[in-house]
Amino acid sequence: MELLHQIFIGPFIEMAGAPDLLVQVVWEGFVSGILYALIALGFVLIFKASGIFNFAQGIMVVFGALSLVGLHELGVPAWLAVILCIGIMFVLAVTVERVVLRPLVNQPEIILFMATIGLNTFLIGFGETVFGGEPKTMITAELGLPTGVTDVQMLGGMVSFQHIDIAAAVIAALMVATLAIFFNKSKIGRALRAVADDHQAAMSVGITLQQIWVIVWFAAGIVALVTGIMWGARSDVSFALEIVALKALPVLILGGFTSIPGAIIGGLIIGISEKLAEFYWGPMVGGSIESWVPFFVALIFLWFRPQGLFGEKIIERI
Amino acid sequence: MNVMVTDPVQQGADDGRISDEVILKVDNISLSFGGVKAIQNVSFDVKRGEVRAIIGPNGAGKTSMLNCINGFYHPQQGTITYKGTARKQMKPHIAATQGIARTFQNVALFRGMSTLDNIMSGRTLKMKANLFWQMLRTGPAENEEIEHRKFVEKIIDFLEIQDIRRTPVGRLPYGLQKRVELGRALTMEPTLLLLDEPMAGMNLEEKRDMSRFIIDANEQLGTTVALIEHDMGVVMDLSDRVLVLDHGQMIADGTPDEVQANQAVIDAYLGVAHE
Repeated sequence: MELLHQIFIGPFIEMAGAPDLLVQVVWEGFVSGILYALIALGFVLIFKASGIFNFAQGIMVVFGALSLVGLHELGVPAWLAVILCIGIMFVLAVTVERVVLRPLVNQPEIILFMATIGLNTFLIGFGETVFGGEPKTMITAELGLPTGVTDVQMLGGMVSFQHIDIAAAVIAALMVATLAIFFNKSKIGRALRAVADDHQAAMSVGITLQQIWVIVWFAAGIVALVTGIMWGARSDVSFALEIVALKALPVLILGGFTSIPGAIIGGLIIGISEKLAEFYWGPMVGGSIESWVPFFVALIFLWFRPQGLFGEKIIERI
Repeated sequence: MNVMVTDPVQQGADDGRISDEVILKVDNISLSFGGVKAIQNVSFDVKRGEVRAIIGPNGAGKTSMLNCINGFYHPQQGTITYKGTARKQMKPHIAATQGIARTFQNVALFRGMSTLDNIMSGRTLKMKANLFWQMLRTGPAENEEIEHRKFVEKIIDFLEIQDIRRTPVGRLPYGLQKRVELGRALTMEPTLLLLDEPMAGMNLEEKRDMSRFIIDANEQLGTTVALIEHDMGVVMDLSDRVLVLDHGQMIADGTPDEVQANQAVIDAYLGVAHE
């Protein structure tokens, strides 16, 4: 009885008792949710256009952030470093297409998935060789990103909003809007969706798969770079981020592997629910439940909607 | 042989449609997958303006032949001469740029997209505005979009599919999906149109419509057509010349009448044992 009360009633009384604290926790969750969503977005872009689950998306985030910090350490001005990093992401996209994807055209998807695991391992090793393994600090101030805090009086208490978090939300929204417009009606957008639907048919109307793949990997690379900057600004830039990037998995299960809105909403659900769980239910078992709650939520979810909230319906014609 | 499904407008050989120019010449092509010989030493040609049929029992190598022509498969031996350029193998992109369009045996549409977007995708190669304008969706990109949309509307009228413009193609019945696929191919303004079983799975009325579209595309738009079809009535009605394959080998090539009278062809269809 005591236990049930602790699980099903206690936390809600606590929430109602201190609504300002609840808002604070939800906001924290919202911000991590945005970052999860951005990582998931990178996965979705590549999965949509090529059916490849890119295991290396997480490390691309680290790699982008490390390149930026590394270039700045070499004395390159911050904004020039950003532009150079975009260039690096482009070179990475071209190289991946040329070296990894092109030789594996028409191979089963699992082979391509294995190839991205290889890419993941390679990028970790390569990154450590070039940038070293120790954590670095993101050049937040140099990039002109805000660092202050605004405290807002509300609900009989105080809620603080980090400016960098607000900036992350705005930048993420802008980026998603740009991608949505780009993918929607332009010729390239149509070509991307065509490739996602049917490789052979796309080739038959003259779309080159290679070109499309470079474009999506480049887009995913830019998303990774932005995510890396935002994430790095909140903690620090290290290879540990790669593990965090796996949180994109439950996000994808929730949102569907092929849906951009799904990635956003899935990210927010996961972010908010893990923070709520950690804060209100965590103390019961000694904390640290936010690392597995998202996966638990995803498992429950799989029972009801295996295609995700917004994923394309799985219809098998027999 | 099956019933005749088209209107009795037998394609006349001498109506000035067909020129003497050989637009496609396939020379001594062989293709194998591991130990399976899909095509063995097949040669044939297609003249500009004609309707050329490729027939044969299942597994005869018909689809493999189309796949070689538009570059999906690369034959181990032989040459493909298209518009005067001889190649060891085609590439899909070159085929598309040079005016070869095709449809597929199992409808290959972009299922998530509307009829309109599917057909618009056929204009991919004709749209030239660069990425910058496309991102902004104004200026040259917008004008271009409008101009190509006009052409696409003509094709939509031609195929009488105005009312399904906005429907996602995944929801359309099979016969209409095949029509949309033909639309996508025609939108490329192809010189050579490859049709892989355009009537498969259709009822009589749908077959009649499809036959009419093929004849119109050939006569009015001047498109050269190479088609694979199992319905003999359709084949004999539509085509100027017929190539017959069996077990990857050519067993006959000639006018519909000649082929119909050919003993090897009759044997192949009736399933006489192969030595």
